[in-house]
Amino acid sequence: MSERASSPVGTAEPASGASPTATPTPTASPTERPGRGAALVHRLVVVRELGILAALLLLVVATVVANPRFLSGQNIRDLLISASILTVLAAGQTVVIITRNVDLSVGSTLGLSAYATGTLLVNGTPVPLAVLAGVAVGALCGLLNGVIVAVAKVPSLVVTLGTLYAIRGLDSLWASQSGRLQINAADLPSGFKAIAGARVLGVPVLFLVAVAVVVLVGHHLRSYRSGRELYGIGSDPDAARLSGIPVGRRVLAAFVVSGALAGLAGVMYAARFQTLDATAGTGQELFVVAAAVVGGVAIFGGSGSVYGAALGALLLTTIGAALPQLGLNPFWREAAVGALILAAIVLDRSLSLRLARRLRGRNLRGS
Amino acid sequence: MAVDTTPATPAGQAPAQRPRTASRLRLLGSGDAVITGVLVLFLVVAALTVEGFASARNTGFLLLDVVVIVLIALPLTLVIVTGEIDLSVASTVGLSSAVMGQLWFSGLPLETVIPLCLLLGAMLGAVNGFFVTRLGLPSLAVTIGTLALYRGLAFVVLGDRAVADFPRSWTTWAISGIGGTGIPVVVVPLLFLVLLTGVVLHATPIGRSLYAMGNSEDAARFSGIDVGRTKFWLFVVTGVVSALGGIYWTLRYGSARADNAQGLELQVIAAILLGGVSIFGGRGGLLGVLAGALLLGSVRNALQLENVPADVLNIVTGGLLVVAVVAPQVAARVRSRTRARPAGPPSAPPARPAPDAHPSTDPAAQVPADQRGNR
Repeated sequence: MSERASSPVGTAEPASGASPTATPTPTASPTERPGRGAALVHRLVVVRELGILAALLLLVVATVVANPRFLSGQNIRDLLISASILTVLAAGQTVVIITRNVDLSVGSTLGLSAYATGTLLVNGTPVPLAVLAGVAVGALCGLLNGVIVAVAKVPSLVVTLGTLYAIRGLDSLWASQSGRLQINAADLPSGFKAIAGARVLGVPVLFLVAVAVVVLVGHHLRSYRSGRELYGIGSDPDAARLSGIPVGRRVLAAFVVSGALAGLAGVMYAARFQTLDATAGTGQELFVVAAAVVGGVAIFGGSGSVYGAALGALLLTTIGAALPQLGLNPFWREAAVGALILAAIVLDRSLSLRLARRLRGRNLRGS
Repeated sequence: MAVDTTPATPAGQAPAQRPRTASRLRLLGSGDAVITGVLVLFLVVAALTVEGFASARNTGFLLLDVVVIVLIALPLTLVIVTGEIDLSVASTVGLSSAVMGQLWFSGLPLETVIPLCLLLGAMLGAVNGFFVTRLGLPSLAVTIGTLALYRGLAFVVLGDRAVADFPRSWTTWAISGIGGTGIPVVVVPLLFLVLLTGVVLHATPIGRSLYAMGNSEDAARFSGIDVGRTKFWLFVVTGVVSALGGIYWTLRYGSARADNAQGLELQVIAAILLGGVSIFGGRGGLLGVLAGALLLGSVRNALQLENVPADVLNIVTGGLLVVAVVAPQVAARVRSRTRARPAGPPSAPPARPAPDAHPSTDPAAQVPADQRGNR
């Protein structure tokens, strides 16, 4: 458990230490055995994330060979903006999955939040206030999920399956009752519409938002006690409870974070597409969970990082954009996503088996 | 691996369930009885208050709508009882429907197409079973993957086209009724399958072994059950039955499309959980599942007749699902609290906690539960 829990520490260290050639890894390892075990785990996690990166690079290179214009500035910006919504959702999902739960309602939450933001903006609410309200709507949905899961102690898969329906129903009921089935770009204030095209040093603002979310959540999970406790809960809920971790409160908080980030994603969706109806984000939950799983977040909790999930989101988005360029039918996209999920869990399984064997061998030799 | 899923199991139910088999049997029955009672109550109220609900025509529509859900719920219930899950059933429906359309389009007769589709379903189920039992991967993750994979392949096969020129004789048979009763013909073979599944689950050693696996996979293995092989074949059967659902779906709507039955897995699982089957395995019965599916179907049907917008139906479906899992949890906690107070006698049910300070609340909490078991 301790090795699994400490894994994300490793992901961040080599990332800053420029892993390719520097090889500063063996510095601490030779003397201390637990240190070497941990280093082994770190290396595996790095291998895992470099693997996604390699797949991503391979895909991009293949696509560029097929169509050199794939790497044009505008195309890259479009790709990053598309990936950023999925990335924000995947970051929230990671926090929940790490605690051995799952949040299937994020697609519906995104839709409700996007519609709420749009409605407020049409009614003349100032942009910052509407953005905050969108996030708050998401956080409320997350609170609802969290209360049912943590207080009533009901499996999250079932609860969020229920709220997936319920929140979507609320969304479409609101849309049909308010007499505004669709919010069009013409109805939205120009200040809000400018967000989609805004750039800082050529980088789209929406992408920067996603990066900020990933770094913030990743830092919290890695360096804060409450973040570490989430890994403990996911590794073994009973042991976590016995060691004094407030499991219910932490799980509740994880759902609120996931909901709030889905709300933020809803605002980003509204800013990007500017045409909103009650179907926004339908079916997204599949791609969000897929992004996390492909990124190495174990579906039964206790291991994985937001950075991996973000890479997974980027990879899934790139596949969608690359298929037509490679001359393949875009209908292959969903099949590719499915195959990728299967490949990722098989890879994770074999990596963890090999790791367990190596650690066991090491202990035997040591004793 | 399966042990991983258990820690969150309802705390209040396990201790009550262990000691005597008699009380365990009654507990198993009580979930069924509650949901069946709710269904009967709802049907009576709806028949009296909703205009046209009890008509033969409407009954036919209602049954046609739940046929595929009940059909797929049969093997999926067995899968969930063992503590696994299969989220890919609706995608299997979609892929077999797409393949059926494509094969028919390319000129094969339906008599050849249908067995081929069933074979395809068996293969799709075997893929799930292989990943879960041979590679030891969590079925939740595997079938999320195949959910996307199979649906994607359906689109690869048929794209956004639709094949609709199936022979009239087949498509009218799919929606025809028995005589003038409005009850669809397909209900007869479906009932046969329901009975078959019910017997297998509740009256054979195989069925008992499924519950054993769901309660403790290790214990089941030690008692000589080949857990891996049983689960593998359960996934294969689920694939075949889902393909059958795809064939029927195609004939019933007279149209093969890649997006057929999209999202149906949620409705099937909702029906199963509403019927009192535990998502962690080891608990639940087929009667409850049947009642759950019919309840969901008739609630939607009645609301539609009342001109309630489709949006509200989703809220109701989701709400019912959440209530269905929260209610037994709360009831179990109330029960365990009332049972914990007398402390001494573990033979709780008959022991009246008369000297206790709360005589009014305790029987109130306990008596209805017992009555439910006997109903």
